[in-house]
Amino acid sequence: MADFLTELRRALPRLAEGLLVTVEATVLGAALALLLAYTLGLLSRSARRPVRGAARVVVEFFRGTSLYVQLFWLFFALPMVGFRLEPLACAVLALGLNFGAYGSEVVRGAVAAVPRAQTEAAVALGMGPVLRLRRVVLPQAHALMVAPFKNLLIQLLKATPLLSLVTVPDLTFQIDQLRSATGSTAASYLLLLGLYFGMAVVLSLLMNALERAAKARLSDQVGSGSGGRRRGSRGGGGSQGGAMASDDNAARRGAGRREPDMIRKTGPEARPGQERTV
Amino acid sequence: MWDGEAAWAALPVVLEGFGVTLVATVLAFAVAMVLGLALALVQRAGPRWLALPLRGAAGFVRSTPLLVQLFAAWVLVPGLDAPTLGVLVLGVHYATYLSEVYRTGIDSVPRAQWEACTALSLPRRRVWRAVVLPQAVRNVLPPLGNYAVSMFKETPLLSVITVREMVHEANTFGSTHFAYLESFTLAAAVFLLASWPTSVLIRRLEARLAH
Amino acid sequence: MPTEDLAVRFDRVTKRYGDQTVLDGLDLEVARGERVTLIGPSGSGKTTILRLLMTLERVTDGVIHVAGQPFSHMPGRAGGKLVPASERHLAVRRRRIGMVFQQFNLFPHMSVLENVVEAPVHVLGESRDEAGRRARELLDLVGLADKVDARPTRLSGGQQQRVAIARALAMRPEILLLDEVTSALDPELVAEVLDVLRDVARRTDITLLCVTHEMGFARDVSDRILMFDRGRIVESGPAAELLDSPVEERTRAFLGSVR
Repeated sequence: MADFLTELRRALPRLAEGLLVTVEATVLGAALALLLAYTLGLLSRSARRPVRGAARVVVEFFRGTSLYVQLFWLFFALPMVGFRLEPLACAVLALGLNFGAYGSEVVRGAVAAVPRAQTEAAVALGMGPVLRLRRVVLPQAHALMVAPFKNLLIQLLKATPLLSLVTVPDLTFQIDQLRSATGSTAASYLLLLGLYFGMAVVLSLLMNALERAAKARLSDQVGSGSGGRRRGSRGGGGSQGGAMASDDNAARRGAGRREPDMIRKTGPEARPGQERTV
Repeated sequence: MWDGEAAWAALPVVLEGFGVTLVATVLAFAVAMVLGLALALVQRAGPRWLALPLRGAAGFVRSTPLLVQLFAAWVLVPGLDAPTLGVLVLGVHYATYLSEVYRTGIDSVPRAQWEACTALSLPRRRVWRAVVLPQAVRNVLPPLGNYAVSMFKETPLLSVITVREMVHEANTFGSTHFAYLESFTLAAAVFLLASWPTSVLIRRLEARLAH
Repeated sequence: MPTEDLAVRFDRVTKRYGDQTVLDGLDLEVARGERVTLIGPSGSGKTTILRLLMTLERVTDGVIHVAGQPFSHMPGRAGGKLVPASERHLAVRRRRIGMVFQQFNLFPHMSVLENVVEAPVHVLGESRDEAGRRARELLDLVGLADKVDARPTRLSGGQQQRVAIARALAMRPEILLLDEVTSALDPELVAEVLDVLRDVARRTDITLLCVTHEMGFARDVSDRILMFDRGRIVESGPAAELLDSPVEERTRAFLGSVR
């Protein structure tokens, strides 16, 4: 055990490097996945049939062929047709394509879940399709996307040890080196699992905070002490708050007064970086 | 570029690997279904001293990579051959997902059903067997199907502990005949042909159960 | 009546959903500044008329004209036939028209002020200051000047509906469509909304098309009331006349059922 700790201390810089590679692949893969998820998700709701059909085929293709096959194909087979990609690029591409396809279903579902009445209200205000999507539908859909995106992000993180299989010196690779140097198999793998667990917890917490912020923007529940009331937090439509009497509002004005300012800060202009995190 | 002859030669090899993949998926999913149900029931109705640590352990297994778990089990658990070990690790990993599926399924049975059982003084075992589980199954079937498909697509990981499933065979063929393009493209096609129809079936099932 | 004095003209408009005919060759003319109320049993096609005008539905047959111009179709003809309006054509034309919905349909992710400012800024290209100033005036008009920063979900139904009215007016519509605007409200909140609308009707010369079950309100604001049944106009006439001495049996039966 003492041997392992000495060896571990010596290996720390390399482990840090490996960790950085793993984080890099996660972030880049997730960024690509997010981009594809939005593109494919919105295209698969297009009014034009060929566009919709093409998007569906792409999505089903990358969902239906296993991530591992995609990665190995990019790494082993693609060079045979004359394209050789960096191993890390292969990994990022495979992660992005596979999780982007899954993510597009999330985007599609969330957009479809925004009540039709919201779009109709926007039409009645003369808003065109792009404006409707950008200003009315997507801001409401975002709140519904965060939870499923969190699951996908954790899945993506858990898929990153694959990098070591295509010669990328990631965390798994470095810890495997440590294992063969020390022979402490149990300690090495426990360390690796622990590190991954830690990363998963951090990502979960981040995404949970993001989800709370997104929900709060819809239902005005920003950290208010009296947040026990669930007024209008269900359904997302503007219609649920029907029965609230105005004197009820007046009574709560004292407590609720500061909230509009808090919302303004995290408001539409400064949408806290879902794009950055995922 | 594409070599038709190599592809033709790779086909039986890949298909044989596909057989292994299929068997591994079926066995591992059976393990996951039984173990997942046990996990869910213990967490829901078992004693606290057992439920809490189990919940923690399940959370740990669920949020760490399957690949590392396979590596670790391969080196640390002696006396089991690769396919058995692979099926067990895959089964345990997915059991932690499925326990959540069961849990939501059980939670979706309305409270009033439990209260009705209390009013009828039904014994607890009977409540579970005759009232709760049959109703939970409805909500549980589609997600179970989705997890089965997703497990199917994760079985290639077993190749890292030398299980001769499809991707392992494709890789071996590719390296010996220098025909990665053909062998991996075939493997991809087989995955697509097998998982797409299944997904469509599950979506139909989902739509039917929703009514 | 010369066509340029008409705000709205339906020319043999038919609307079908599948094999169900909701409107059947409807002819309808509404003059500029006129206030018209549509009454009738549910499913009689009243709301469909408003939704067609708001371009939320497309006509199956016939043509809708707004301000003397084809609205549901392109202005010219191709090969002697009218061509259904393109999205771009509709986008420009529908700006003349505003609508208030039964379920308010406020944007839950925006404050009250943002709800009202949104379209003037992003559709009409007004400056934020200008739009904001006007939005405050309108919110003052509907009695909600103190709620500009509130979230819609925090307001009562009556307050939400008044915001929706301000939001529609912010686009300076020539025609305002009111689709059962009090039907989703608790009874004690109906009056505050109707008072605001009476005020709007009195202060502006906006053309109003209104679907409602509030006969008192219909009597107060309408120049004309149309009684609908099964996609056709059964009877029409000046508000007081139709309400007090309906000629048709079906109108009498309907009025008897809502009173």
